[in-house]
Amino acid sequence: MSKPKVAFYWCASCGGCEEAVVDLAEDILKVVGAVDIVFWPVALDFKREDVEAMADNSLAVAFINGAIRSSEQHEMVELLRRKAGLVVAFGSCAHLGGIPGLANTFRRADLIDEAYHKSLSVTDGNGTEPLEKTEVPEGTLTLPKLWDTVKTLDQVIKVDYYLPGCPPPVNLINGAIGSILKNELPPPGSVLAPDMALCEECERRATKPDKMAQREFLRPHQIKADPEKCLLAQGLLCLGPVTRKGCGAACVKGNMPCTGCMGPTSHVVDFGTKALTAMASLVDSNDDREIAAILDQIADPVGTFYRYSLPASLLHRSYQPEHAKGEK
Amino acid sequence: MARKITIDPITRLEGHGKIDIFLNDQGNVDRAYFQVPESRGFERFAIGRPAEDMPQITSRICGVCPTAHHMAATRALDDLYKVDPPPAAKKVRELMYNIFFMEDHALHFFFLAGPDFVVGPQAPKAERNILGVLGKVGNEIGLKVIGMRKQWRELMNLVMGKAIHPVFGLPGGISRSITKEDLPRFIKTADESVEFGQFALKLFNDIVLKNPDYMHHITSDTYTHKTYYMGLVDKNNRINFYDGDLRVVGPDGKEYVKFGGRQYLDHMDEHVEPWSYIKFPYLKNIGWKGFEDGADSGIFAVAPLARLNAAESMGTPLAQENYEQYFKICGGKPVHFTLATSWARLIEMLYSAERMKELVADPDIINPDFRTIPTNTPSEGIGVVEAPRGTLIHHYRTDDNGIITKANLIVATQNNAARIAMSVDKAARGLISGGKVDDGILNMVEMAFRAYDPCHGCGTHALPGEMPLVVDIYDRDHNLVRQLRQD
Repeated sequence: MSKPKVAFYWCASCGGCEEAVVDLAEDILKVVGAVDIVFWPVALDFKREDVEAMADNSLAVAFINGAIRSSEQHEMVELLRRKAGLVVAFGSCAHLGGIPGLANTFRRADLIDEAYHKSLSVTDGNGTEPLEKTEVPEGTLTLPKLWDTVKTLDQVIKVDYYLPGCPPPVNLINGAIGSILKNELPPPGSVLAPDMALCEECERRATKPDKMAQREFLRPHQIKADPEKCLLAQGLLCLGPVTRKGCGAACVKGNMPCTGCMGPTSHVVDFGTKALTAMASLVDSNDDREIAAILDQIADPVGTFYRYSLPASLLHRSYQPEHAKGEK
Repeated sequence: MARKITIDPITRLEGHGKIDIFLNDQGNVDRAYFQVPESRGFERFAIGRPAEDMPQITSRICGVCPTAHHMAATRALDDLYKVDPPPAAKKVRELMYNIFFMEDHALHFFFLAGPDFVVGPQAPKAERNILGVLGKVGNEIGLKVIGMRKQWRELMNLVMGKAIHPVFGLPGGISRSITKEDLPRFIKTADESVEFGQFALKLFNDIVLKNPDYMHHITSDTYTHKTYYMGLVDKNNRINFYDGDLRVVGPDGKEYVKFGGRQYLDHMDEHVEPWSYIKFPYLKNIGWKGFEDGADSGIFAVAPLARLNAAESMGTPLAQENYEQYFKICGGKPVHFTLATSWARLIEMLYSAERMKELVADPDIINPDFRTIPTNTPSEGIGVVEAPRGTLIHHYRTDDNGIITKANLIVATQNNAARIAMSVDKAARGLISGGKVDDGILNMVEMAFRAYDPCHGCGTHALPGEMPLVVDIYDRDHNLVRQLRQD
């Protein structure tokens, strides 16, 4: 029997998910032994046309990372969806939108304006900006159009499973590949990670007070954090209580707060709302003004609570311009 | 019959790129355009975010070189808050940075560009990849590369929290450091790294330098550009990736200017073309003269080739020996051969290994005093480091509360963008004639950009797209006449 065929593909992402696959180290040789990687553009020269030539459903699984924000990416993931029995949204960007999703608080025109017109180091721009079509002396050059809105993978195609994390932890990648090969998968739609809060696997768990009582919220540069004690108890906005475990509390081990890249557990609809209410509930006051003053110390609520999940949230777009409504 | 050849997307690099080659009636190249088709807009959505989040947010510009963005952002925060980190913090940062350099350079040599050298530029397409490299050099060497990389990544995870998207950089220092108990692992890895650096150079020597065909390509005019070169140097003009001043040498190799990172706007500007999302930095005082080489054109290069040209020495003994041999064999300084970048990269890898050894021997490296809490009111900060792919600048302005009001990022691959565009154009002109095009030739056009290890995720802070390579050949009426695939 031939080996199952597997594809890895990236959309709007940083390449960290690809690095995480390379970080399987010697285990990647086991993967190569067990499956045929038939498409992995960053490392192998197999092409889009090879995928197009495959029979529908002939790929066992397509691991797709990155958010979706151009028609080009949309076409590619639709193609992979047709060819693959299973699609796994790989990493925070495909899962929840990721950090590129923070762009959804702005319009595309704002992003272009800042980079090409208002940049401190563009002084001779003369209003030039990238165009979808440019006539040059030799002919016509084209660029893809970027969508106004950053989308999660499951907002454009059906997704079977999710591997969370920015990037997904190596042990979870190994586990997911193992369960697929052994056909021991949980119900479709599952997130392939433990369904419990990060605090549960945090080495500082014993120092977490039973009842938190927050008089102030601190920013990480304002204190030298005690490396043994619960960061939340030290006043730092650690999102461990509302974030799914599975990374081994890596950031906390680095003596910095969890920022929530693993996303919520299955009991939560909207990660940012959950995180915000969880933090607000810690405030140790019954006086409205005092509560407001304490919460005002949170400098950037959107960037803090929705850092990886704005496109997946109930607030995923503050304003939908007319021309963007037709975008899938 | 005039026609256009489109290579879209190009492969074995980070991010998405596209090459359009226009042929004239004789089948010779009129011009080849190197395009970067995406943009993400980090400069805009940084606004409103707390400055101390920048090392983590901007690391998502690139998951291949997250440590470079993390470090440039962290150094910009030192400058923003006008806080001088304790020596232990600076040394641990530099140590981790050199470990990152080795890991990244090794990835490029063995996984991305290496297949063109180790397996061969005209080898069957299916073999031009890491698996082909393992097939050629043997599994033992493959496991050695994988094992070394694993050790580096483990040390990065240990100190930086995560190797991919580190968390340890803060204004005035780092969030955690190295303990006495950790130190033996660092010492062991440093020793093995020096051996590994020498091993990689020997491999390059045996496979590439002893092959007259490869040397012919490396030194041919097709892959040569005479531009300015930029790189960070220390007070003695020795190479340094973490700290120093930017030194620029001319096409003649002589110093053109040297300036501190805070002065970058006096010396650098960016040109915009409508046909690419990447911007093209140039030396402001010389000016943008189009895609031209020479002393009258402001185009400059960064990354290993440029750094070795811009510095006067390596500063560590084994790397210095190799540096001298490199210039001797390449015919003196500066070296203008684009493909020599891969050799320069390996010399840098050895430098980082030796620097790692020096730093782990420094008693400060386990000094628990690794944080100074900032007390000044922030307003503006600039951080400059050398990313593996070249000079990287982060520049932030904030309000009194440290909330970003303006962010400017000049990223390594951006700095190289104009020279990469010229290299692709020149390679296409040199390699395609009389309409004769095949997969091997097109791969050799791609080698012209691959040498730079470009990262378009970084270069445009962009959304990397798909990677497959297909070449559609159209006649002048845009009818598809032929399709070539690398498959």
